[in-house]
This record gives sequence, C-alpha cells and structure tokens, in this order.
Amino acid sequence: MSNNSKLKILTNGILAENPVLRLVLGTCPTLAVTTMASNGIGMGLAATFVLLCSNIVISALRKIIPDQVRIPCYITVIAGFVSVVQMIVKAYVPTLDKALGVYLPLIVVNCIILGRAEMFASKNGVVDSALDGIGMGIGFTITLTIMGTIREILGSGTWMAGLGGLIPSLGSDFAIRVIPESIDSFSIMTSAPGGFFVFGIMMAGATWLTTRPKKEKTVQPAEAAEGGNA
Amino acid sequence: MALKLASIFFTMILVDNYVLSKFLGICPFLGVSKKLDSAVGMSLAVTFVMVMATAATWPIYRLLLVPAGMEGTDRDMGYLQTIVFILIIAILVQLLENFLKKFIPALYKALGVYLPLITTNCTILGVTILNLDNGYNFVESIVCAAGAGIGFLVAMVLFSGVRRKVEQAVTPVCFKGLPITLVAAAMTSLSFMGFGGIVEAIFRV
Repeated sequence: MSNNSKLKILTNGILAENPVLRLVLGTCPTLAVTTMASNGIGMGLAATFVLLCSNIVISALRKIIPDQVRIPCYITVIAGFVSVVQMIVKAYVPTLDKALGVYLPLIVVNCIILGRAEMFASKNGVVDSALDGIGMGIGFTITLTIMGTIREILGSGTWMAGLGGLIPSLGSDFAIRVIPESIDSFSIMTSAPGGFFVFGIMMAGATWLTTRPKKEKTVQPAEAAEGGNA
Repeated sequence: MALKLASIFFTMILVDNYVLSKFLGICPFLGVSKKLDSAVGMSLAVTFVMVMATAATWPIYRLLLVPAGMEGTDRDMGYLQTIVFILIIAILVQLLENFLKKFIPALYKALGVYLPLITTNCTILGVTILNLDNGYNFVESIVCAAGAGIGFLVAMVLFSGVRRKVEQAVTPVCFKGLPITLVAAAMTSLSFMGFGGIVEAIFRV
C-alpha cells in the first residue's frame, strides 16, 4: 500500500467522512458538551484516545473474536479504555471531569467508536486502523471545538473559558472576551435549542462544502449569475 | 413520599426531558422518528429496558460495587461502574430479545428490529448512572427511569409529527434531510423550555 492511501485514511475523517457532520455518529456528546470550546477540546481528546486504543486492539484481535459475539467483545474493550480515561481525567483534570459529567462514561456508547470498530477496524490491519482512529478523532475534536466556539462566543461572549483547567499554567480564570460585557449575551445559544440549531447549520455547511459543484475554469458572465439568483 | 415520586416522574418528562434538554438518545431520535408507529415501538422498548436496567444496576452498585460505608476504602470498586453497567445492559437486551422471541412473538415482531440498537442507546446507560449520581433510593430510581422512558416517548411522538411537515417543506439543497430536521428539533426543544419550573409550581416541593 502506498503512502498516499495511508495519508488518505488519515485525512478522510477530517472533512470527507467527518464522523459528526457527514456520518452523523456521536451526536449526543456533540450537542451536550459544546457549550464551551474548551469542553469540546477535552471531550474530543478523550474520545480520540479511546478510539485510537480500541481500534488498535480490535483490529489486532479481529481474527480471534468470533463473529456472533463480536459486539459484546467490542463493547468490553471500549468500556475498558473508557474507564482508563475516566480515571486519568478524574486524577489530573478534575475541572474537566466536572464539566463533562455523565458524558465522560457515556463515551462507551458513543456510536463513532463502535461504528469505526465495526466498519473499519474489524476489516483492516493494525496500522491502518490506528490511522483511521487518529483521523476520525481529529475530525471529531475539530468539529466539537468549532461548534463550541460558535456557541460560546454567541452565548456567553467569551472564548476558551475553562482552558485553564486543561493547561494549569494559564490560571483557573483564563478566558478571552470576544463580545464586551456591556452587550447582553445571546444565552439561548448555550442551552439546548441553540445546540440543535448550530449543529443543523454546521451540517448544512459541511454538506455544501463537500457536495458543491467544482468551480469551472471559464468564469461565468456576471449577468447569468445574477439572473440565476433573481 | 408520593408527592416526591410524582414530582420526579413529571420532571423527567417535561423539564429534564432526556432528548430535548439533556441531549441523550439523539441517534434514535433522529433515526427512528420518521414514522409514528416505529417511533412508538422504539420508545416502548427503550422504556422497558430502562426500567429493567435500573432495577438491575442499582442493587449491584449499592450492594456489590460500593457497599454502604465502604466509599473511599479498598473495597470501593466504583471505578468498575462503566464496564459493569454496559455489560449488564447488553445482557439484559439479549435476554429480553430471547424471551420475547420465545413467549410473546407478536411483541417480538413489533419491537424486534429496535432491540439490538438499544444497547448503544445512551439514554439507558445515562439514566442508570445519573440515578446513582443524584443519590436516589431504589423506588425513586425506578420512577425516574420510567419517567425518562415516557419522556423519550413524548419527544419521539411529538417530533415525528413535526417531521412529517418538515419533509414536505421546500428548503435550500444543502439543508435537505438532517440539517433542517435539526433546526426543527431546535424549535421543539425551545417549546419544551417553557415547562421550566412548572413541576415545582404544581407539586410545591
């Protein structure tokens, strides 16, 4: 297999097969934790770790696991790694543990991880599966961070508040103020309806980016374009 | 006591609706809500498994994993929670499937396709963990699980109605399908925000 196809596996997850926006997997954590951009980063990294490890183990065991009981086997492997992440996060980043709450153990039932185990790791080699895990994880993290950024800036006017919990040297009250406090924040963005709304808009954006017709070499006459819009 | 149970039950349905305000179980919410009868079938199966799973996990956690007075000692096995709970749920779903197939074939035919999907439905694992986090006792946990299940049913049924209208709407091409459905879900969830505080006002707890 050439290097080119390895690179393609890695970059596939970022836009073309973005797990959240294109495959529509793992929607629950996407909506729930993205009230702040820093939560998105934390959740993304935790899920990436689980995804990478479970993909490696499952693809290494793919010839041993009997077909009839494969789902319980996958879930056990995934649950093991999720417990590891839970303990690490609780010990070293307690603020993130508080912010993510029940959604941290719920990585077990995140369909991205089981989905990639079933669709990719059970059919491909260890190296490819690891690359796939990293690529999907990066795509997940980027999507969550962008969504968190939109919701946090509109909803509370700050950016990256709580990042101090992830990187202690920044101090615990680190936040970048984007919209001045004198302007009322659009608080519905950080509550449930805003989550659905921003997710819908982002999914439409991703669909537009991946399916729009490629620009033609010859520039269309201006009148024709205007006529089309009218 | 009865008042507290009723307030938990209605809070789970209207105020803390798992789908529309806590974002649990979004995958089946978007995937199975296209038709009314499949939405009802899926929600009933979920409600049933939720109550069963709570009835099984609560005693196991309180009696086996973290017995009273053992918190923080060597005997505290709370870290096994995730792995034990998900296995219990997977086994329960499998048992239920076999049981229905053998004894109530009609119900099995109605629910059959949804049963395997339930294992990875985050509402089930979510409700079992949240019950313990909230410190509910056994009866309260069961009532809370039943309320969460009915809340799921209400959200699914309401949304399948909204969705039928949305499918026929004329939208920009890139909004076709899921994106416009999510925007509609935002509106539905907005309407549920109106229930905030209603339970406290009715039951005065």
